[in-house]
Amino acid sequence: MPDGMLELAGIDAFYGRIQALRNVSLNISAGEIVSLIGANGAGKTTLLMTVCGDPRATTGKILFDGRDITNTPMHEIARAGIAHSPEGRRIFPRMTVQENLLMGSVANPESNQAEAFERIFDLFPRLKERRGQRGGTLSGGEQQMLAIGRALMSNPKLLLLDEPSLGLAPMIVAQIFEAIKRLNEQEGMTVFLVEQNAYHALRLAHRGLVMVNGAITLTGTGKVLLGNAEVQEAYLEGAVKKVADA
Amino acid sequence: MEYFLQQLINGVTLGAIYGLIAIGYTMVYGIIGMINFAHGEIFMIGAFVALISFLILGPSGGAMIPIALLVVLLIAMSLTAVYGWALERIAYRPLRGSPRLAALISAIGMSIVLQNYVQLSQGARVKTLQPVIEGGFQLMKAGNFTVVLSYMQIIIVVVTVSLMAAFWGVITKTALGRAQRACEQDRTMAALLGIDVDRTISITFVLGASLAAVAGMMVTLYYGVIDFYVGFLAGIKAFTAAVLGGIGSIPGAMLGGMLIGLIEAFWSGYFSIEYKDVAAFSILVLVLVFRPSGLLGRPEVEKV
Repeated sequence: MPDGMLELAGIDAFYGRIQALRNVSLNISAGEIVSLIGANGAGKTTLLMTVCGDPRATTGKILFDGRDITNTPMHEIARAGIAHSPEGRRIFPRMTVQENLLMGSVANPESNQAEAFERIFDLFPRLKERRGQRGGTLSGGEQQMLAIGRALMSNPKLLLLDEPSLGLAPMIVAQIFEAIKRLNEQEGMTVFLVEQNAYHALRLAHRGLVMVNGAITLTGTGKVLLGNAEVQEAYLEGAVKKVADA
Repeated sequence: MEYFLQQLINGVTLGAIYGLIAIGYTMVYGIIGMINFAHGEIFMIGAFVALISFLILGPSGGAMIPIALLVVLLIAMSLTAVYGWALERIAYRPLRGSPRLAALISAIGMSIVLQNYVQLSQGARVKTLQPVIEGGFQLMKAGNFTVVLSYMQIIIVVVTVSLMAAFWGVITKTALGRAQRACEQDRTMAALLGIDVDRTISITFVLGASLAAVAGMMVTLYYGVIDFYVGFLAGIKAFTAAVLGGIGSIPGAMLGGMLIGLIEAFWSGYFSIEYKDVAAFSILVLVLVFRPSGLLGRPEVEKV
């Protein structure tokens, strides 16, 4: 694949003794949004974390931008251009919004900080108002915006988003998905999205992957997966009903 | 009144020194969650490095005391920083990720190793240094009691306070300080953002050790007497100061150091000098009973 951004080949990974990933292979091309859906505990978060180096893949290979990063130190993976907005947001609670964002630019010392701030405040104007406030005092939605904003500060090549909709009000979820879409369409940002909110995630994505028990069981375009009977049964019951009712 | 003032001066001097050592304890605790019990020994090594440098510079340094002081300060800080760095590399880094108790035992082991290392290489006898800076201001006189603020005390307080201020500036205003705080709050996240966590931890040890070296140099100059065992009590006192102020909090360490210094000075001045340590540690017990997170510390919350 000529413009392959991220390539995983035969990845196994463990949490303690529990095997969390089983022979996972996937490809993400530049400019794509790829959504990974699956039930709680299927290994979605582990997959994103394994790309970042914690836990390490015990077998298989991870290539990013043509470079083998399977055993690269975590901070160097980040510096290579992978930014992660992780599960649970992991905002630094005792740092201000501004300081949290500044931490995001560590991975890319050459990036223009002023420009990055402007871009992020344009995407999430709310963060600008909260600039001097401590991260721990923000609402869940604001924290999620901050986590994504922080990841964007380094102007990454690949953005990993772990459950950005978790625990947020529908209106905020819509805002955040809108922002992701804008990033992809206007800046060509490559996004690897993990979601339990399968309906939204598949609608947004160019391609979707379904994970069950640490293995990828289905792949296809977002549309195809949305129409797939298995996916509908397992992950979309509520959402499809809603669509049918409407 | 005069007597009170004198004890206040002595207490502040002592407190500044304790505060400087306490910062090292609190920073290391903040970032890797362990008590570096060898930190007192790092302070002792700082004192020895300062003493040795003074003795080497001695004959030529006479006319240029300020320059000699500065040179010794820089030598003590940089050499001791190497010890701090090596300590982390050898005794703590290999144990990262293992139970806290393992690192704690390693710390106590390193404390014994360093003590014995200095005892073997420098001898067990007390080392003395001729007073380098003498004299002071006579502030007040009452009968035959004179309140003296010595030049040495002024130097100690000025050097410590400006170092603490500079250090505080680094922690709150610079990228290095942000990295340090980020590692303290969430190490994995810091790594995900491109922070070299190992390097940040090393820098923490280097900073803590060089501050302890300054304290060691000040003690050498102030008392003129050191031996391989000075690190033990000073270390425990500074640790007490860190806990009193709230372990993990840098302003807490400074405040705690000052309080322990004052308590000790006033207790020795008004009650009995033999029991000054009892006073200091009783305060620790009381604080732990009534305010376990210390004066400025955050209550321990389980991370979700």
